[in-house]
Amino acid sequence: MNERRTFSADLAAEVRRVAKLARIYVSEDDVAQWTRDLGRILEYVRQLNELNVEGVEPTAHAIPVANVLRCDDPAPGLSREEALSNAPAARDGLFIVPKIIE
Amino acid sequence: MSTSTPVAGPSSLSDALVALQRKEISSEELVTGLLRAIERWNPVLNAYIHVNSEDALACAREADARRRTGDPAPWLGVPIGIKDNICVRGQPCTCGSEILKSYRSPYDATVSRRLREAGAVFVGRLNLDEFAMGSSTETSAWGPARNPWDVDRVAGGSSGGSAAAVAAGMAVAALGSDTGGSIRQPAAFCGCVGLKPSYGRVSRFGLVAYASSLDQIGPLTRSVRDAALLLSVLAGRDPMDSTSLDVPVPDYLAAVDRAPDHLRGCRIGLPREYFAEGIEPDVEQAVKAAVADVARLGADVVEVSLPHTHYAVAAYYLIATAEASANLARFDGVRYGLRVPSEDVVEQYERTRAEGFGPEVKRRIILGTYALSAGYYDAYYLRAQKVRTLIRRDFERAFQQCDLLLTPVAPTTAFRIGERILDPLTMYLGDIFTVPANLAGICAISIPAGLDSRGLPVGLQLMAPALEEARLLQVAHVLEQTRPRLPRPPLASRASKGSPA
Repeated sequence: MNERRTFSADLAAEVRRVAKLARIYVSEDDVAQWTRDLGRILEYVRQLNELNVEGVEPTAHAIPVANVLRCDDPAPGLSREEALSNAPAARDGLFIVPKIIE
Repeated sequence: MSTSTPVAGPSSLSDALVALQRKEISSEELVTGLLRAIERWNPVLNAYIHVNSEDALACAREADARRRTGDPAPWLGVPIGIKDNICVRGQPCTCGSEILKSYRSPYDATVSRRLREAGAVFVGRLNLDEFAMGSSTETSAWGPARNPWDVDRVAGGSSGGSAAAVAAGMAVAALGSDTGGSIRQPAAFCGCVGLKPSYGRVSRFGLVAYASSLDQIGPLTRSVRDAALLLSVLAGRDPMDSTSLDVPVPDYLAAVDRAPDHLRGCRIGLPREYFAEGIEPDVEQAVKAAVADVARLGADVVEVSLPHTHYAVAAYYLIATAEASANLARFDGVRYGLRVPSEDVVEQYERTRAEGFGPEVKRRIILGTYALSAGYYDAYYLRAQKVRTLIRRDFERAFQQCDLLLTPVAPTTAFRIGERILDPLTMYLGDIFTVPANLAGICAISIPAGLDSRGLPVGLQLMAPALEEARLLQVAHVLEQTRPRLPRPPLASRASKGSPA
């Protein structure tokens, strides 16, 4: 992120690319707004470059716990009706979605 | 029972528990009083986004009936307000978002189940920034919650509804969630107590995830003792949350009730970076007054350094948004929530998410997706995680020199509605004193310090090492006793003087 390139005009292209990855439709107005916002925020977070993090381990969880296991015992979960109770579209006990495979 | 005061009956959780146990008040009376206060003040404050009037009254009557038959459940009939991102079976859980406006939880969060089993009654759903992303409750699809001390100002966020309801007497106590200060900052802005437990102390099962490595559920209450009471119900290992810690839960109430009347032998650290530029003089003065009081009570006050504080906001907003971009992928219009129908499934996802999410949520998803995407992962996300390690080590070093840290909660008191909402970076920078505790996984509490020159509450933050909530609550209780008792917010005093209810 040292490269100024990131903060040039092709940030707008990056916003479009990232919005596609995030599955959010963007209008041209959105692109303009988010390019401004993202540019400013990235410029701010770039100050992390001032720090020497050579040899520093990343922290994913502040209080790490590893290999948490539980017994593989069957227990009641949500019923099918409950699981479908918020579905935008359901039929025959199934979620209905647009056709995916021709 | 007077109908003109904002709260009929006991105003604190401690008092309510005692009054119910002694049968001085029934749960029905207590809930009725709260519903009246809500009816009167919620149109002004917008703290609740859904009120369970009938259901809460039915549960209160049932609790009263159970109490008459000798049911020993300790919290029987105690009304609690719940932030609208924590699931309660059968109730809405909108997260302040269009995308979940019609959602009803088919199950209880573990904290809700624990409260239910203890006998609590759920009064309603409290306003929040959309998916807890914000510091002012202005990003809520339901409109901003307002500050009971000045309705033109924010209640703080993201748990602004919880703080406003507790402060204005529309809730005896409430649950919030804290990812970067979302319990502590609104508590400070509204003049109540807000506790962020250590990461893993309280189960996150049934909390709609924002940033999973930072999120914690905690209480917003009228006193430190009330926070201890509530935490003792919430805390503990839960098989449904593999990050909840399998360690004993101390007796928090005993820690408070057996608190000494001094702080001799207690080392209180003042991190010099928290008293640097940008903090309002009134806030600084309020914290300095508290420092003088802890010294008077015998504490050793030591200056310490948390040298990476300045980088916490940058690290936080990269890590939190990266995690959010993954967590919010589930809102795709398939299994629940809004669907904007299309023939093409990808277009359906894109349209649903474009319409369902508000601007701040989209901004954070875009930033987080960017920080995780190919070519930027090492430069942004990984680097932020390494800086997180440096921040964690700062605290480890500081806690070798002191037992607790005493700091401001936020650089300012409550700001005006609309003042920061169009300037995301300025909004983010206000979180500077609260995000470090989340990054480090430690526990922290906000308690009222007094009022500033405009009559707005100022908060004090105490921070303690992970899992040291008992120590934190004890010292917070001792410090609380030294603070002037806040008057009622102007709303409430207007009411008790005021016009007929």
